[in-house]
Amino acid sequence: MSVLLIAEHNNKNLKPFTLNAISAASKIDAEVHVLVAGSGCESVAKEVAAVPLVKKVLLCDSPNYQNYLPENLAPLVTKNADKYDHIVASANTFGKNFMPRVAAALDTSQVSDVIKVNSPDTFVRPIYAGNAFATVKSNDKKRCVTIRPTSFEPAPKTGGSAQVEKVDAVDVPNFSKFVKREETKSERPELGTARIVVSGGRGLESGENFKLINDIADKLNAAVGASRAAVDAGYISNDHQVGQTGKVVVPDLYIAVGISGAIQHLAGMKESKIIVAINKDGEAPIFSIADYGLEADLFKALPEFLSELNKLNTIQK
Amino acid sequence: MKILVAVKRVIDYNVQIRVKEDGSGVHTDNVKMSTNPPDDNATEESVKLKESGKVKEIVAVTIGDDKAQETVRKALAVGADRGIHVKSDTYIEPLGIAKILKKVVEKEKPDMVFLGKQAIDDDCNQTGQMLAAMLNWPQATFSSKVTLKDKSMEIVREIDEGLETVEVNLPAVVTCDLRLNEPRYASLPNIMKAKKKPIDQMVAKDLGVDITNRVQQLKVEEPPKRKAGIKVANVAELVSKLKNEAKVI
Repeated sequence: MSVLLIAEHNNKNLKPFTLNAISAASKIDAEVHVLVAGSGCESVAKEVAAVPLVKKVLLCDSPNYQNYLPENLAPLVTKNADKYDHIVASANTFGKNFMPRVAAALDTSQVSDVIKVNSPDTFVRPIYAGNAFATVKSNDKKRCVTIRPTSFEPAPKTGGSAQVEKVDAVDVPNFSKFVKREETKSERPELGTARIVVSGGRGLESGENFKLINDIADKLNAAVGASRAAVDAGYISNDHQVGQTGKVVVPDLYIAVGISGAIQHLAGMKESKIIVAINKDGEAPIFSIADYGLEADLFKALPEFLSELNKLNTIQK
Repeated sequence: MKILVAVKRVIDYNVQIRVKEDGSGVHTDNVKMSTNPPDDNATEESVKLKESGKVKEIVAVTIGDDKAQETVRKALAVGADRGIHVKSDTYIEPLGIAKILKKVVEKEKPDMVFLGKQAIDDDCNQTGQMLAAMLNWPQATFSSKVTLKDKSMEIVREIDEGLETVEVNLPAVVTCDLRLNEPRYASLPNIMKAKKKPIDQMVAKDLGVDITNRVQQLKVEEPPKRKAGIKVANVAELVSKLKNEAKVI
């Protein structure tokens, strides 16, 4: 009666969302085992073993898993699934990619994007882009579950000493090949985990004007987000997109500038703790969910905002 | 080469959905329905590949009630050659849908299957990957660029960290992201022509696959409402509220 969680990492370090997934997994069953599959990833296994909630680490170190191709990873997970009632991963592009392959191989119906664990077989998950919450019960014997990382607190990282057990690689099908990965480099905090997010929409009118957003973000040590409209208009690249078709963020402070508040955008940010809206259209839907709304021309308000921030003696980091 | 493109009928993305008071689901009566948005991208990409001369035939398939045929007609109107409608009056979860699509693939023998990355109703994001696993084919999910070669495809995928490029041998399953292309509108003459294109009918429960749902929906409810806050008069007041009241900066 235990949980097998699949760790996300880059062969050197554990990705932070794995810690959120571990805490979600521990709510399903206290016996959480973590599979670390990668190439030269022993340091990741050590990192996972130190997480107190983890009871055992399965390490599969093989070139087969260097780039986490789902065609290679899924058979390894399936092979190790025998002893477990639950197979769990984060519902980000890592987990979404391989988990349904595991579920299909086990002939089990996956429960995606869980935001709350009610019991080992009953979960809450958003549907219709978060406009409704469904409580679902899985009647499968073995359950494949992906969890929305931002809905769970990260597990503490140190103090544990789980045993690390090596497991063998399995044959790979050799019909897919990793070519390259272009990671977006930024000096700013990562959008998915930042404490503060400053987002711009179509109201910015151009890519150059995003400098106004960037300046505020730098002052607040915030990540920069954008609405789909701003991305589609070419003002900023897609990895900044917040919403149903982009990232779901839950920062302490979300500042939406020149964003009207389309359903698809709200789906990605409405769980933020404090929401600020700056928009010249006082009727914009974004105001209906904002804690603080400022009806103003952003081209005047943003420079003023920056100068007011500059007047503060201290700003939380 | 031949492409099978799978399309799903869902509540239109512009509709603000309403949860039923008895918790059994959401209202669908008299609600505007349309094709799942990324499925339109899947159809568009198929048509572009056909226009490039590399693909000979596009077959559009949908699974659903009688009205689901509209989504196939729409795909036919923008360039698919023929359609398949697998009839089912009840909701089938992605595992069952993938099993049905596998049957269709075995019959049609396409070189590629294109689907949207996710349906905007149940938001599962599973069908394409499950189908690929059942067929023992490679997959490329969240695709934002597709380059077709002789025996493979090079695909750029949208991942959390940025972009990833993979090469998958044919046959393969491709799930499409919204940024893959700009779906075209059907012209009136093409809508008329589409009415003459054939749509094969099948019945889901006659296909000999187990489509029993294993995940039971206990209740559907509205998410906790966020109360609207206050409007501030100016920037100075905003900064003061954030600093002293909300204590977030």
